[in-house]
Amino acid sequence: MVTIDPAAPAPPQARSPLQGIGVCPGRAAGPVALMGARPRLPDDRPAVVDAEAEASAAIAALSATAEDLEHRAATTTIHGAAEVLEATAMIARDPSLEESIRSAIVKGEPAAWAIDRAMEAFKAILLDLGGYMAERVGDLDDVRDRTVARLLGQPMPGIPERDMPFVLVADDLAPADTVTLTPERVLALVTVKGGPTSHTAILARSLGLPAVVACAEAASLTEGELVEVDGGTGSIRVGITPDEAAETNRLEHERRAERAASRGPGHTADGHAVSLLLNIGDAAGAASVAKVDAEGVGLLRTEFLYLDRQEAPSVDEQVVLYTEILEAMGGRKIVVRTLDAGADKQLPFLNPDHEENPALGVRGLRTARRSPQVLVDQLAALALAQQATGAVVWVMAPMVATAAEAKWFTDLAHEHGLAIAGVMVEIPAAAVRAADILEHADFLSIGTNDLAQYTLATDRMAGELADLLDPWQPALLDLIRMTAQAGLAAGKSVGVCGEAAASPTLAPVLVGLGITSLSMSAAAVADVRDALAAVTLAQCREMATKALEGRRPS
Amino acid sequence: MAQREVIVGSRVGLHARPAALFVKAATQQPVKITIRKGDGPPVDARSILRVLALGARNGDTVVLEAEGDGADEALEAVAIVVAEDHDDPA
Repeated sequence: MVTIDPAAPAPPQARSPLQGIGVCPGRAAGPVALMGARPRLPDDRPAVVDAEAEASAAIAALSATAEDLEHRAATTTIHGAAEVLEATAMIARDPSLEESIRSAIVKGEPAAWAIDRAMEAFKAILLDLGGYMAERVGDLDDVRDRTVARLLGQPMPGIPERDMPFVLVADDLAPADTVTLTPERVLALVTVKGGPTSHTAILARSLGLPAVVACAEAASLTEGELVEVDGGTGSIRVGITPDEAAETNRLEHERRAERAASRGPGHTADGHAVSLLLNIGDAAGAASVAKVDAEGVGLLRTEFLYLDRQEAPSVDEQVVLYTEILEAMGGRKIVVRTLDAGADKQLPFLNPDHEENPALGVRGLRTARRSPQVLVDQLAALALAQQATGAVVWVMAPMVATAAEAKWFTDLAHEHGLAIAGVMVEIPAAAVRAADILEHADFLSIGTNDLAQYTLATDRMAGELADLLDPWQPALLDLIRMTAQAGLAAGKSVGVCGEAAASPTLAPVLVGLGITSLSMSAAAVADVRDALAAVTLAQCREMATKALEGRRPS
Repeated sequence: MAQREVIVGSRVGLHARPAALFVKAATQQPVKITIRKGDGPPVDARSILRVLALGARNGDTVVLEAEGDGADEALEAVAIVVAEDHDDPA
């Protein structure tokens, strides 16, 4: 449609694109919606003139927060979200909270300040109880922020509510923000902070949303302006026209339809086979395997069985859940990683002690040193589910450093009737000594996220150090090469199941280094399949040689 | 005053979902119910924050109290929620 109207505003000024790190490929265009910041109490605290009116205002605002949460609980389509939202609404309707607020107002605190003070007091009690109770303080903060924002007339914190789908621009996203985030409402994600392995990146990949992280300039984006996000290159075009935005979305829609039709096992142009597998974390993920025609699951994270629990699940309970997932494989192979607790995933029955440096502490297989029964139960349950379904189950342990640990774990798995047992390579020591480990392990799987963290001595969540976690770091590629070559020499499979495997540009390099399987999120399979089909094994090796010299394709 | 002693059946204790179910049940009763753990002070059973703050774990005994018409029936209704294991997969 072309209309000529002399009074129409000038077309938006094209500005130079912003650059961040692309973490989930795909393009999308639409209006910017800014994530609401947490409301701040002004420095000047007004005096309370009418205590009864202040109390009414506070209660009305809490009530509105509760209604809002209840409405979202009633309308959400996300599995498990309704329960979380209802429980949060219950806090906003808490009669004891109301009492505390009233008493703070009587002491001279205006409504917003009184809510802040009352919440702080309850937070302190829960934090004091520790563990499980302490995890609820995020919900208290959510109620506090929403209610205080309402009282002070500040923008609502959290994921914005808009009539039209939007590009979400945030400083960073927390796991709690993700509950209400759906692809129907959000076109793409852009964060100022975060890195390739941050929560935002992991969420974007699981939803298949184009996403750019660590884009400092994104802080300058304004509400409502049209942008185009390229989650592959990390580039953000600013000030595009509505026609350009529509065209981008149309092309992306076509591309996705084409992607959905992509099928078949992975191979290079000259027929060298590379297994394409999925990373999944629950029974719902298992269904994607058939949808994207992957060759199986390269990483089943089993933490979902253990999180939010005071005690480990029973063998019987685990058998039921494993059986459901194994049946969904339809004869394809599935690599199950045993419980990877510790570090950022603390469980009360495994990690009761405070650790100064949990990433280097009792995590992964190391938790079995003090609580072997949890691992023994898990292996027993897996073996039973394998017998019941006849599925092809490979089992592997996380955070293995030495050949002795690998021997201990694989012996234990074999004793339980799990014939194929391997270990993950996430610690540089394991990569350096891969040949020794392969004397015991039946296969290896490289977790590039942790291997990068430990090789470059860089916290995975440290956004400002994201360049050090770049999977193209030659030192990381060296360790991958050493591990892959040890596998080739032993005639055993060495896969990659970190985020690096999902990159269409890095996948051929990994194959050139000697990797035999790549495991990734469902959204990445079609692109990686195409990228491999476009090059020969010899070209993969050339690309690998260049990458080891520190040269990456432009 | 009607009184009931109940052992917390939920394996996560009165936390998360079990606590929410308990408060929901208490809110639906016609009489005010209090809950306390051991010799601790009784707290309003309709307050999710106070119930969480009890820190009642699996196997702990809690005391439920209520007064007035229908107190016994009300205690019966909420006692069931405390005693059940909501995380049983079966």
